[in-house]
Amino acid sequence: MTALAVIRDAGSRAGFTLAGERVVCDERGVLFFPDASLLAVSDLHLEKGSSFARRGALLPPYDTAATLVRLQAVIADYEPRRVVSLGDSFHDGGGAERLPEVFRLQVEAMAAGRDWFWVAGNHDPEAPAGLPGESVRALQVGALSFRHEPSAGALDGEVAGHLHPCARIVRRGRSVRRRCFASDGHRIVMPAFGSYTGSLNVLDRAYAALFRWERFFAYMLGRDRVFAIARPMLRPG
Amino acid sequence: MTDQTSIETARSAPAALPEPFEKWFAERGWTPRPHQLDLLASAKAGRSVLLIAPTGAGKTLAGFLPSLTELAARAKRRPGEAYRGVHTLYISPLKALAVDIERNLAKPVAEMGLPVAIETRTGDTPPHKRQRQKLAPPDILLTTPEQLALLLASSDARRFFADLRYVVLDELHSLVTSKRGHLLALGLARLRRYVPGLQAVGLSATVAEPDELRRWLVGQNPHDAGIASPPSVLPDSQHATAPMADIITVAGGAKPHITILDSVERVPWAGHSARYAIPDVYEAIRRHRTTLLFVNTRSQAEMLFQELWRVNEDGLPIALHHGSLDVAQRRRVEKAMETNSLRAIVATSTLDLGIDWGDVDLVVHVGAPKGASRLAQRIGRSNHRMDEPSRAILVPANRFEVLECRAALEANYLGAQDTPPLVDGALDVLAQHVLGAACAEPFDADDLFEEVRSAAPYASLDRDTFGRIVDFVATGGYALRSYERYARIKKTKEGKWRVAHPRVAQQYRLNVGTIVEAPYLTLRYARAGRGTPLRGGPVLGKIEEGFLESIAPGDTFLFAGKVLRLEGIRETEAFVSNATGQDARVPVYAGGKFPLSTYLASQVRAMLADPARWQALPEQVADWLRVQRDKSVLPSRDSLLVETFPRGSRFYMVAYPFEGRLAHQTAGMLLTRRLERAGAHPLGFVATDYSLGIWALGDLGALFKAGKPSLDALFDEDMLGDDLDAWLADSYLLKRTFRNCAIIAGLIERRHPGKEKTGRQMTVSADLIYDVLRTHEPDHILLRATRADAATGLLDVRRLGEMLSRIRGRIMHRDLEQISPLAVPIMLEIGKERVNGDAGEMLLSEAADLVEEAMGEA
Repeated sequence: MTALAVIRDAGSRAGFTLAGERVVCDERGVLFFPDASLLAVSDLHLEKGSSFARRGALLPPYDTAATLVRLQAVIADYEPRRVVSLGDSFHDGGGAERLPEVFRLQVEAMAAGRDWFWVAGNHDPEAPAGLPGESVRALQVGALSFRHEPSAGALDGEVAGHLHPCARIVRRGRSVRRRCFASDGHRIVMPAFGSYTGSLNVLDRAYAALFRWERFFAYMLGRDRVFAIARPMLRPG
Repeated sequence: MTDQTSIETARSAPAALPEPFEKWFAERGWTPRPHQLDLLASAKAGRSVLLIAPTGAGKTLAGFLPSLTELAARAKRRPGEAYRGVHTLYISPLKALAVDIERNLAKPVAEMGLPVAIETRTGDTPPHKRQRQKLAPPDILLTTPEQLALLLASSDARRFFADLRYVVLDELHSLVTSKRGHLLALGLARLRRYVPGLQAVGLSATVAEPDELRRWLVGQNPHDAGIASPPSVLPDSQHATAPMADIITVAGGAKPHITILDSVERVPWAGHSARYAIPDVYEAIRRHRTTLLFVNTRSQAEMLFQELWRVNEDGLPIALHHGSLDVAQRRRVEKAMETNSLRAIVATSTLDLGIDWGDVDLVVHVGAPKGASRLAQRIGRSNHRMDEPSRAILVPANRFEVLECRAALEANYLGAQDTPPLVDGALDVLAQHVLGAACAEPFDADDLFEEVRSAAPYASLDRDTFGRIVDFVATGGYALRSYERYARIKKTKEGKWRVAHPRVAQQYRLNVGTIVEAPYLTLRYARAGRGTPLRGGPVLGKIEEGFLESIAPGDTFLFAGKVLRLEGIRETEAFVSNATGQDARVPVYAGGKFPLSTYLASQVRAMLADPARWQALPEQVADWLRVQRDKSVLPSRDSLLVETFPRGSRFYMVAYPFEGRLAHQTAGMLLTRRLERAGAHPLGFVATDYSLGIWALGDLGALFKAGKPSLDALFDEDMLGDDLDAWLADSYLLKRTFRNCAIIAGLIERRHPGKEKTGRQMTVSADLIYDVLRTHEPDHILLRATRADAATGLLDVRRLGEMLSRIRGRIMHRDLEQISPLAVPIMLEIGKERVNGDAGEMLLSEAADLVEEAMGEA
């Protein structure tokens, strides 16, 4: 699959405009802005497994590998000129230092030939040690602003992460919960990309002040496409 | 009275009872029963004993006689005297049973004036009392398998158990079949290491294979001082030579008087509510002193309770008892039962075991009992005197259940036993035990391996697997050895494994036990008031998160005998209000907890095949079978009937294996995969305990007749190979099983009240871990444990395999023009039951429909 085919195939990928910018919602949980050739990914939480291991929960140590493999795939598809990792790229401040050499090389390969931005997150406020790319608190690209935590109040053109949005619907007595993009067309909150990242329902109080709810959609991640679900269909929990 | 005792052992001289005991029996005009004296004699000879007796045979007193007689002779501990450890440990599967035994034992002990301190220790025991029990242990401690594990994992375990003489294991038949039994077996092995002369007394209802229990009670693989076992011993004879406890069997008791409810009402084709029978059941309650009503699930209990009160014109005191209710409410019901102030109690399996309350003179079993042994056990609740017949009424909820009840009834008369076979000890439980062992004191791996192999469920464990478990406990056991520096247990210079950090022991204590409940939310009243509506009022109990997920605020449902309206959910609490006078939305029936036993299934098939036996059935049911015979055919005992017929725009296939819902579900999953490959375009399937229905776009009947595929090929045993593996890998069942294994093995922590507040995004869900582990290390020890669990439990692969081999070459196909009478029940389930167990693809297409609806509204 080539990047071009992906964009033409926008029938299955929810494509819409955010503050006037075209944007593709990819079911793998990334955003692509074709005009800026920019790929955004959020909350990688690399080295979460080893972070838990330090506290005695010996989770399988393959999460970083799994996350990077998926990231490599989307980067190969879109071949973006810029990549923005929207914060919480590492699960804790020591994550980048613990990153095994093999993964460090993978990140370097992915970043080669493109601009790479590490946005500071609450889990990783400091720049990741020894990795290529530029560390920023936030990033402005045209009308779009990229930051980790959504800022208070409804804002135009903001792309953020941090909240790990998911949505739930119930149909014929059965429940479907999926990670999702949360957007009202003015701003968007991205789903977490990391293999071990959980999620928080978009109906949680944490989202209440962020959106104009009458125009809100949860773009739930499916296997082959994104499903746009309107606010009245959503359930808490 | 038919109190025949048999004892299989070199008979010791009959034991004489010490004076206070003789006197106590004599004052009441009683004589000790032979099995009580036999048990005492075996114990005095230093043996462990298994006592198999029906309820009401004085089993409990018999079990404690060795302890009580010894304790009676022991001088009371004076202040300042040396520490005295616990003398007798009593372990029961239920907290309530421990409390009940305390009460029943305290009475004779007080009447004989014995200087014996008896106390319980359960999850409900307050911390200060636990603390005090450690410092000054009672003579007899009544507890549960989980509490024993906790006691054993503490650093003073050796001292606490140093004076232990006996372990009494109650309801052993029920304990040994679960992971709790595995944990207990490992605990018992540990106790035997502390106290080599320890004697075990097992109390059990009748079981199919008593020798399994006899081995369970004593140490296996006796270490014969470096002498290798003679090579001439064949593996098969290993069991024959394995050490066993003595056995004492008390036969009989009076034959129970069981009837099947004969209602003038029409017995429904399908469903589980038995609503039709409510007036008759109520009449039966009125005619008896105290009635115990058993059902198979919580939602059935709620429904029955509600319906009974609807017709309760006399205002009879009828109560409800199930595991989800608030403890205080359960205790009130138990108290009321004890004082005989109730006329009826609706209960699930929480009251299943040997609890001896009140003067129950009738047991009503609503729904089919699913197993002959379970029926016998439940009926044993009524009239706790062995020599009077128990009275019981079976209330089938649908027509197939009529057949099943009839079969169960004949089985109970015949004394048939269908307790499930014991399985090998689970590896996740072993991992928990290994960590517990390290918490108590540093262990040597070879020594611990010997100890573990002395526990019957682990008798054939190999050293390599044990090594992998120790490795798992230490560093997660991953091929990628990246966690050495975070190890939970580490080897000392002397080569012993010890806990790396006190925090690890604390984690162990919080996560001990093998019962992993589905996530529960606390259910409480929303306090009325202005402002935020969701303020918490009184607590009603716990409710499965999964159930609440399928309903929305404003929906009504039954709980604690009330119609409640869901107001909202906040964090781990669900808030409700009374919706009295409204009709509850009937809870989704989650299927019976117990699958139909193999024995009963074969009885039902035999009954179907033999028209002479239909006379025993209600006329409407017999008529149903006759019409089936005319319109289609009835399967013979060992064959499988498959019917195909068109209906609407679809084609249906219904098979009648009678192998239980789990095996059918697995079969349905695998058959639809095959039909898909054959181009039959299956759309879905539904499974009940009795039959399996599949519907498709393709004409299944025509395809089978054309041999594309033939039914023999479709039902070929090879479906249990690649198809099973491929399906399993993605199955939600396996994910659920993995979650349980991961919690028991200590990979992920249990959810504890108050800790969830950090929110979902802070925890790592078991599903995510499973996906990562399966992709990167498919042969990890925990995945091995998961597959073993799923195959025996959730999937019933063994039974499916037996069925496939039984019906080979014996499939009867009837291609019909329309639905047959026998097919009606399962056709009625379509749409009610989950259509497809594998959520993924289908839920997506559901969501796709939803988008159009949603976009339409927007």
